[in-house]
Amino acid sequence: MSHERLIQPRPEGPDAGGHFGPYGGRYIAETLMPAVLELERAYKRISKEPEFTTQLADLLRNFAGRPTPLFHARRLSRHLGGGEIYLKREDLTHTGAHKINNTLGQTLLAHWMGKKKIIAETGAGQHGVATATAAALFGMECKIFMGVEDIERQAPNVRRMELLGAEVHPVDSGTGTLKDAMNEALRYWVGAVEDTFYVIGSVAGPHPYPMLVRDFQKVIGEEAREQILAAAGRLPDLLIACVGGGSNAMGLFYPFLDDPVEMVGVEAAGKGLSSGKHAATLCSGSIGVLHGSKSYLLQDADGQITEAHSISAGLDYPGVGPEHSLFKDLGRARYVAVDDNAALEAFHALCALEGIIPALESAHALAYAMVEAKNGPADRVIVVNLSGRGDKDLGIVSSVMEEKSRS
Amino acid sequence: MNRIEHTFAELKHREEKALVGFVTAGDPDPERSFQIVRSMCRAGLDILELGIPFSDPTADGPVIQRSSARALKSKTRLSLIMEMTARLRKETGIPIILFSYYNPILAYGADRFYEEAVASGADGALVVDLPPEESAELIAGWDFARFALIRLIAPTTPQQRMKTIADDAAGFLYLVSKTGVTGSAGLDTSLVGGQVDRLREVTALPICVGFGVSTPEDVAALSRISDGVVIGSAFERLIEENIDSPDLPEMVGDQTRIYKKATKSADADL
Repeated sequence: MSHERLIQPRPEGPDAGGHFGPYGGRYIAETLMPAVLELERAYKRISKEPEFTTQLADLLRNFAGRPTPLFHARRLSRHLGGGEIYLKREDLTHTGAHKINNTLGQTLLAHWMGKKKIIAETGAGQHGVATATAAALFGMECKIFMGVEDIERQAPNVRRMELLGAEVHPVDSGTGTLKDAMNEALRYWVGAVEDTFYVIGSVAGPHPYPMLVRDFQKVIGEEAREQILAAAGRLPDLLIACVGGGSNAMGLFYPFLDDPVEMVGVEAAGKGLSSGKHAATLCSGSIGVLHGSKSYLLQDADGQITEAHSISAGLDYPGVGPEHSLFKDLGRARYVAVDDNAALEAFHALCALEGIIPALESAHALAYAMVEAKNGPADRVIVVNLSGRGDKDLGIVSSVMEEKSRS
Repeated sequence: MNRIEHTFAELKHREEKALVGFVTAGDPDPERSFQIVRSMCRAGLDILELGIPFSDPTADGPVIQRSSARALKSKTRLSLIMEMTARLRKETGIPIILFSYYNPILAYGADRFYEEAVASGADGALVVDLPPEESAELIAGWDFARFALIRLIAPTTPQQRMKTIADDAAGFLYLVSKTGVTGSAGLDTSLVGGQVDRLREVTALPICVGFGVSTPEDVAALSRISDGVVIGSAFERLIEENIDSPDLPEMVGDQTRIYKKATKSADADL
């Protein structure tokens, strides 16, 4: 890719209506419209307040543990034999994933807006835990919507949310995963909109959420940019992050948009793109409207949303943030897909070679970085967003290992 | 005068309010769904809202979610609903409104949707997740005199926004009675009355009230303050509870008759 291709045109957005090119917008019930309009106005006003900025910076530093390190994964890089891999250690934040950046931002905003109740959807449970944590910190009532399938496969996070005082509301409609949790959170919000703040966990949903979440997550890329300049003496060649809804990827990518840096978003190919059991929305989806915005979707010819599949609950989502759809169309970022097996291999490789247990979500990004590092020149600098830690996934990983040892 | 205008003019003349009935097309299956709707029309329904099933109905409560799932399971597609509409048009002169989420319409093609809907004899569409801010691309080529986009007004809609919405609206306005999804409990007709009054100040269009309306008493009370009453979940609950009954179309027709009667007694003591 030429540098001109990488930085021209710089994707703009959102416009006044919340659109990123043809994507985004506010496709929601009229009952919710005044709430998202109010949120947009409040965010514009409050985010400019120096006091708000100071409070958020203090929370990120002294509560969440930022800045997170950028770690040079030397053994892994040497093992692969090409390119130097650096890991942005979002797994080291309080609660163990990048999600806390956004929930602290949104909950502080809710606090400034005078809201006392917050709700959130969660897939892997990381956003749920991060929301429950912020709610406890601010003394707010908190309800988390989570699919029954995800409650089963991410049980430790359910316990954590409950310990933090949140009520976990099981969602058994559809496939009982993230999409259904978001459906149910939206339904609940329609009935509680007058006193409840909805903390959306990804760069998805109606405007202003994709912008809001991007703004609260861009701290990842801002830090990483400074850190890589210090560590490698130059900008990276390649940024890699996993994409479910796309918040950790957007957080890493956004501050590099004006730089000649290649960006790759890694989706979940599940059991393989040809199997139909995957969550590779940008790689194989088509344009539609779900959960408040226009974006790429997994859907059938009739516009019915199809089931996503991934070993990683956080990527198991048939939609994607609208700004990623724009990046894809403009060629500003590339989107690829990595299957369950490759993610598991990367998971084990990082455990063995670097002493880090990554989240299965992040393992997808890592798996693609390993492919790039194996095939690329030795002086290439690659930054991977290690978006979360893998403790929550031990159950899934050990049951896969047991299955393999039996067969 | 189009069918919607004609209906409200007629009702006014007869001193009745509109009974607007919602059912999901294709629930429990396409043929029985046609029989149910035909039975409702014969029983005196004034306006039909035909629901297009969607996999992720985020504005609907459990009853309509399940009806949508049943319709999808019996392979109800939009092309089939266009055929059903054309078939119904041969049976009835009442307005038919296609009630949908936006994605099935987008997938069908916005132009194709409009052309086929008009050709099949539908009179308008209501797209629950398409606020005025996003509707320009859908309605760019529409002739509202032939086919209207029915607009929703919510309990949270401020009066200035009511006016903005109403100024671009046609047919009638659908006033959501309360915050929450379809089929929610806790209808408060005095609160609705205030909303209707605020809306009347900014529009001359007929106002129909829906969400959480289930009893003939609800219908009678709302008939006193509005121009029409929408029943959805209550019909779907009846369908669900009697899904295997051979008399299902007649049962829904009988219930329609009971509700319709309540729209006529607006000034009577109940």
